[in-house]
Amino acid sequence: MSYQFDIGSTRYRFNDLKTLMARATPLRSGDCLAGIAAENATERVAAQRCLADLPLSSFLNEALIPYEQDEVTRLIIDSHDPEAFTAVAHLTVGEFRDWLLSDHANSQTLKALAPGLTPEMVAAVSKIMRVQDLILVAQKIEVVTAFRDTLGLKGRFSTRLQPNHPTDDPAGVAASVLDGLLYANGDAVIGINPATDNYHAVTRLMHLLDDVIQRYEIPTQSCVLTHVTTHLEAINRGAPVDLVFQSIAGTQAANESFGINLSILDQAHRAALELGRGTVGQNVMYFETGQGSALSANAHHGVDQQTCEARAYAVARRFDPLLVNTVVGFIGPEYLYDGKQIIRAGLEDHFCGKLLGLPMGCDICYTNHAEADQDDMDMLLTQLGVAGINFIMGIPGSDDIMLNYQTTSFHDALYLRQVLNKPPAPEFESWLETMGVFDAGGVLAGGEKLPAPFAHIQSQL
Amino acid sequence: MSVDKKAIVTPNSWASLRRYTDARIGLGRSGVSQPTEPQLEFQQAHARARDAVHIPLDIDQLEQQLSEQGLESLRLHSQATDRAVYLQRPDKGRRLDAQSGALLKQIHERHGEKDATIVIADGLSSTAVQRHAAVVAAAIDRELDAEGLSRTPVCIVQQGRVAVGDEVGELLGSRMVILLVGERPGLSSPDSLGIYYTWNPRVGLTDAYRNCISNIRTAGISAEDATGRLMWLVRESRKRRLSGVALKDESGEADALEGTGRGNFLLD
Repeated sequence: MSYQFDIGSTRYRFNDLKTLMARATPLRSGDCLAGIAAENATERVAAQRCLADLPLSSFLNEALIPYEQDEVTRLIIDSHDPEAFTAVAHLTVGEFRDWLLSDHANSQTLKALAPGLTPEMVAAVSKIMRVQDLILVAQKIEVVTAFRDTLGLKGRFSTRLQPNHPTDDPAGVAASVLDGLLYANGDAVIGINPATDNYHAVTRLMHLLDDVIQRYEIPTQSCVLTHVTTHLEAINRGAPVDLVFQSIAGTQAANESFGINLSILDQAHRAALELGRGTVGQNVMYFETGQGSALSANAHHGVDQQTCEARAYAVARRFDPLLVNTVVGFIGPEYLYDGKQIIRAGLEDHFCGKLLGLPMGCDICYTNHAEADQDDMDMLLTQLGVAGINFIMGIPGSDDIMLNYQTTSFHDALYLRQVLNKPPAPEFESWLETMGVFDAGGVLAGGEKLPAPFAHIQSQL
Repeated sequence: MSVDKKAIVTPNSWASLRRYTDARIGLGRSGVSQPTEPQLEFQQAHARARDAVHIPLDIDQLEQQLSEQGLESLRLHSQATDRAVYLQRPDKGRRLDAQSGALLKQIHERHGEKDATIVIADGLSSTAVQRHAAVVAAAIDRELDAEGLSRTPVCIVQQGRVAVGDEVGELLGSRMVILLVGERPGLSSPDSLGIYYTWNPRVGLTDAYRNCISNIRTAGISAEDATGRLMWLVRESRKRRLSGVALKDESGEADALEGTGRGNFLLD
């Protein structure tokens, strides 16, 4: 089916729904690279106005990627809940934006609506929303998950402590873990990216993190961000696995390029659930995503990168994850060129994921070949804090010495806590007070000396 | 009354743990924020990394370095005509330009098929390639020789990305491609080299068909260790006739990794 919109004497035509979606997307380098972006600003706004007039139900009738060709499309269509969709089934995309901004949309109605929405619907409405709309609507949504602590509660946010080290050296990793804990980070997960996929190195890290969590009785979970099949092997051989990690994307072909499919994820999800290691909840999956991954694998089917990203959330949603992290600026300038594009993409991803019912976090980050800097990250950090992000990254001094990019620091999280008055997860907050990292008022205590439970390390200094 | 300067910034007693890591730990704090000194150190490192991305590879020097290691080399170029195109068009960095393709076909016709090809691509850090590629290539070449494997000349690809190795290997008819590439520079590591290994290389393969050994540099994984891991992959993949996610790296024990030898002091 084709679409058209007139502006003045010019008629803009869009051959199919995916073309309309791509032309309506705010400018980003990845869509230009794919050759699917609007030719100019007027064509873009024509597509946005045309999209605004489209009934939401159109997305149930016209698949962007054919049902027969793609298991992610099949997952989206087969798991759609028409009952939940009823609340907004009569609306166009433009009217849906108005509804989301209105008082009709609140924490309860949005939670009930989530199973009735498809990734394409939320991607479509995000394309006609401004930054403040993306923040305002996301801020209404509460997505709570739990494993050894409770994440996503309103008025709080959490951090992933990311103690990466270029050779996975145990003392080097331990130094970053200690620094992070003493700066009150790590309630979402202590999650390390291993330097290699070597099975022995990976399981050694699993034991290292698990030993620390057990020794200090930290109400958090560990994760070594290796391939899902390595997790399965580790589980089978009895290594301590809290969360199973995998990078996922929004098309079957892109997932194949990661060496995964829904069936492998199913298998890993079941295996992790059987371990029963969670104490206050059983959300056992940690997923990472990012705009541009499908295009980077040449697996985008002519669908714009923001819509592909939203489709990845359908994959995540199936497995009740503890954490979904959009690694927004990692992929590089060929997909998100500069600070402006990275900031908007981060807010879109957070909005789309939350609307679909996911516990969204964001790796607020950039690489040294992108046109971005610390000021851009401060803007995205502050905006996502206001929007109610579930978790962000925390690393020493913003410098990831293994993955070679910059993300938010332990200090950045404390900045956000101070300006927005948002404490960490309740169980972790209590632990910080018990350990003497926080004083009784939830404020970072001292810093010159090690708190008593860590005093035995004094001899190392 | 003025505040005592010592009372403004809170230092961290654990800053001395930086002997175990290059990570920016123990920075101290002004309120909850980074103090001025580490803040400006960060800005300086970022400025240097930004500048480093754009320094072109000195190809004459690289050929000289390879020749000193006894390695013959060829100059190839991707379809990305310059750095600006390279950064915005990864598709062009993954394919050879017409002249390079024609040259490889000629070589293939003249010399027939070989077991292995080492490819060196500048990637995102010419510094990494300039500092480490010749030494790593020579170490790998010696090991391949010891295994009795035949090799083509080393192929240097300017403005090249990882996947360009597949086209090089396919055109030369090589059974395996070992690609050395400058990784995206970090603030503390502008000189990190990566190795990508592919069995039966051909245009169109995805990352699922490659094995990666990352972070080869002075303060990271050594050339010897990287070569050891690579040769494990080479031997396994020859047996199993595949590479990528189906070929897990189970080489040696984890202890083989270099490190401080200190272990996890949090458990003391």
